[in-house]
Amino acid sequence: MAGAQQLSSVVIRFAGDSGDGMQLTGSQFTNSAALIGNDLSTFPDFPAEIRAPLGTLPGVSGFQLHFSSEAIYTPGDICDVLVVMNVAALKVNIKQLKDGGTIILNTDGFDPKNLRLAGLTEETNPLNDGSLDKFQVKQIDVTKMVRELLKESGLGVKEIDRCKNMFVLGLLFWMYNRDMTPTIGYLEGKFGKKPDILKANISALKTGFAFGETTESFAVTYEVNKAILPKGEYRSITGNEATAYGLIAAAQKANLSLFLGAYPITPASDVLHELSKHKNFGVRTFQAEDEIAGIASAIGAAYGGSLAVTLSSGPGIALKGEAIGLAAMMELPLVICNVQRGGPSTGLPTKTEQADLMQAYYGRNGECPVAIVSANGPSDAFFAVYEACRIALQHMIPVFCLTDGYIANGAEPWKFPKSADLPKINLSFTTEKNSDDKNKFLPYLRDEKLSRPWAIPGTPGLEHRIGGLEKQAVSGNISYDTDNHEFMVKLRQEKVDRIADYIPLQTLDSGEEQGDLLILGWGSTYGAIKTAVKQAHNEGKKVSHAHLRHLSPFPKNLGEILKNFKQVLVPEMNNGQLVKIIRDKYFVNAIPLNKIQGLPFKVDEIKQAIEKFV
Amino acid sequence: MATETQTPLFTSKELVTDQEVRWCPGCGDYSILKQVQTVLPDFGRPKEEFVFVSGIGCSSRFPYYMETYGMHTIHGRATAVASGLKISRPDLSVWIVTGDGDALSIGSGHFIHLLRRNLDVNVLLFNNQIYGLTKGQYSPTSEAGKVTKSSPMGSVDHPFNPAALCMGADSTFVARSMDRDPKHLQSVLKRAYGHKGTSMVEIYQNCNVFNDGAFEIFTEKGSKKLETLFMEQGKPLIFGENGDKGIRLDGFKPIVVDIAGGASANDLWIHDETDRVKATILTRFFDNPVMENHLPRPFGIFYTEERGTYEDGVNEQIERAQQKGLGDLDKLLKGRETWMVG
Repeated sequence: MAGAQQLSSVVIRFAGDSGDGMQLTGSQFTNSAALIGNDLSTFPDFPAEIRAPLGTLPGVSGFQLHFSSEAIYTPGDICDVLVVMNVAALKVNIKQLKDGGTIILNTDGFDPKNLRLAGLTEETNPLNDGSLDKFQVKQIDVTKMVRELLKESGLGVKEIDRCKNMFVLGLLFWMYNRDMTPTIGYLEGKFGKKPDILKANISALKTGFAFGETTESFAVTYEVNKAILPKGEYRSITGNEATAYGLIAAAQKANLSLFLGAYPITPASDVLHELSKHKNFGVRTFQAEDEIAGIASAIGAAYGGSLAVTLSSGPGIALKGEAIGLAAMMELPLVICNVQRGGPSTGLPTKTEQADLMQAYYGRNGECPVAIVSANGPSDAFFAVYEACRIALQHMIPVFCLTDGYIANGAEPWKFPKSADLPKINLSFTTEKNSDDKNKFLPYLRDEKLSRPWAIPGTPGLEHRIGGLEKQAVSGNISYDTDNHEFMVKLRQEKVDRIADYIPLQTLDSGEEQGDLLILGWGSTYGAIKTAVKQAHNEGKKVSHAHLRHLSPFPKNLGEILKNFKQVLVPEMNNGQLVKIIRDKYFVNAIPLNKIQGLPFKVDEIKQAIEKFV
Repeated sequence: MATETQTPLFTSKELVTDQEVRWCPGCGDYSILKQVQTVLPDFGRPKEEFVFVSGIGCSSRFPYYMETYGMHTIHGRATAVASGLKISRPDLSVWIVTGDGDALSIGSGHFIHLLRRNLDVNVLLFNNQIYGLTKGQYSPTSEAGKVTKSSPMGSVDHPFNPAALCMGADSTFVARSMDRDPKHLQSVLKRAYGHKGTSMVEIYQNCNVFNDGAFEIFTEKGSKKLETLFMEQGKPLIFGENGDKGIRLDGFKPIVVDIAGGASANDLWIHDETDRVKATILTRFFDNPVMENHLPRPFGIFYTEERGTYEDGVNEQIERAQQKGLGDLDKLLKGRETWMVG
């Protein structure tokens, strides 16, 4: 057997039926890559249906993993290895495989029944029609081998078939010289109370590994060494986990209780799940009866003095619109996490999109500006939501934190911070009457940030009422006065604008400070833009990249930066939203680059766009 | 139960705000406001611990007139706002002020969930069987056939029976009172405050502009004694001009008997507010008073039950989790598996 071949970077895509356990296989391989010290980026791609009909094209679930000995920022445009459990999975994913790439396939999934379910016949069977000639195809009858292996296990056929993914995982562990121990530990944790199933899974895993060792067709193994990343201690993290941790951290640093009011929705629910596990931090999660109750309960908790959060995705945010307006009128701190997905309406629940920026900006009745921040990747969601909490609490205002399905479910290594290194969130409840003569409490008397005092029930002498009716400036009493309304509308806008004095100036991620082309991005397009720009730089092209954390208000120097470039290209996974706001606000020649396929940008798509301009 | 009078820490007058009350002259809301301001000092609790939360509608202006903490929220959502407040601040006395449109139409979804969860809050449901603030459309409690601006040929909607709805939603405290009987309303408010759990008090309230006299058959002297049945714990269900009529249960069927005419007082239905089945039957005393042989309309406490509250459940779980050790942020961020670089 030849020795291990060194590779710098590999992209593997696992695909099978929704019930084949491909997400688990992918995440376990991810874990092994993380523990070896590779840089990595993942992209789970699954159908909206929990279990679409077996063997069909809509039922295919995929998980793409990019791992590397170099710094990487995307899950990869195309894959080197495609693992498919049936012919439907092959049909759906073959376009994603590079020429000369390796296919590992389960032959049982190419039988007449599976061919029929995938809309194919024996004549159009890809195994026979020559369409796979340009790839290296490894055919293994995984089903048969696993059934043979486990026939004495006492398990039924269904349960035995569920171990197929472990066989495949074992084989890949062998191919890439990975240690099985962490996965065995994981299985022990998961199936500790079901010894038969535990034993069967471990056995399938080890047999897959041994199969690689003994089968001639897998003569070569590969090694992807650890990446040279900044020194430190790392863990793997998904965007939804990072969001949950960021909220907990902000509550700890502000010395407040955390309250989440939310209704389950894809792809945001995992934040609710994660937060509900951490009651030891005093976290209260309220699974409300609907989206409106989710935000309404959070507003109640905010009035009571909690760090209050609501969480949803696009359709749920639409339902919350009126209540967001209430929070804006009451000027209470509220964090609104929107894990964006394809829309409109129910749209593409499990696919990613950035099409709710306009909703965050304008999606309410009346003039209702709020603050908006966004995360650029899975681990960055921690810092984005932390910043959203800081702004909400220190400026007494609703703040959107935008992530998306790609960030939410994607994983990457994270050099996690120490709690002591996180910035403190200073705030205090008001306990004294604040009128000039100290005789009255004026709930809408403002400080230099235009923020109003936060006096919580239980504080003697500061009893006051707030509501959704227009407020008289300072006193907060109901006012229908026409001039007062205009004054208050402008004041609430000025309050948002003034946040710009308390956020960092915009910096360039890479490139020169002036030139022909600036790529201005926001959110999860970060990795693809960064990689494309890096490649362009390697080719001697001049292009710069700025990525926005703060979308409302923008950093104060953004206009200056934009004016230093002849053209500004704005890639977005929508039909052009930030680009409109930028044109409107700065009168610059901003050009949209849009992708609306429920999928993240490929590096190459950005790169080609750069080449048109430079 | 904390219904007994305690040393007041403030007076009723101190509960009056500097805001001009803007209900129509003659509105039943004035009386309800007065009764609430009258009983609150008796609870022996500091003023700053009370929070009144309302939705939208005439009744929902209530918090502006109470010198306590308060929130005037959005239509139908007061129950949900109050839930978040009570879960996060169980130390507060939270009151929800709502109407038939706010609670039973746009907010019906939240209302039933509040009841089943049993948060320890008090709900004052002002029922005037009409939309007042929007100037006179039929509401979900308006009688079928009602002619209003939006139903010129009569409403074809079947109305809700709020008390029965609450029983169906597993409410732990269901009561009914009226704006025109201050003493009765005060006594029911005190019981509502004393109940640990969601106390639902339906208050018949006259809208003298858009639905004047909707309840006068129950509230006015001439007919009140004959048409109303004031339920008292452990006492027989008696009504009538001189307490000469009673209710007897024939199987599950309530029938009116004439005590003066020789019916035995010993056979009368004895009110037991802890009996769910009987309370359910009582809430179904909902006949239109124009019908012959109709049953009188009950007032007082239909039903009360001790059941754990939602917020206690939440906070008990937090305590249990914290007994195993308070959350450690560094541990959380580190997770289960890490690796070193460099």
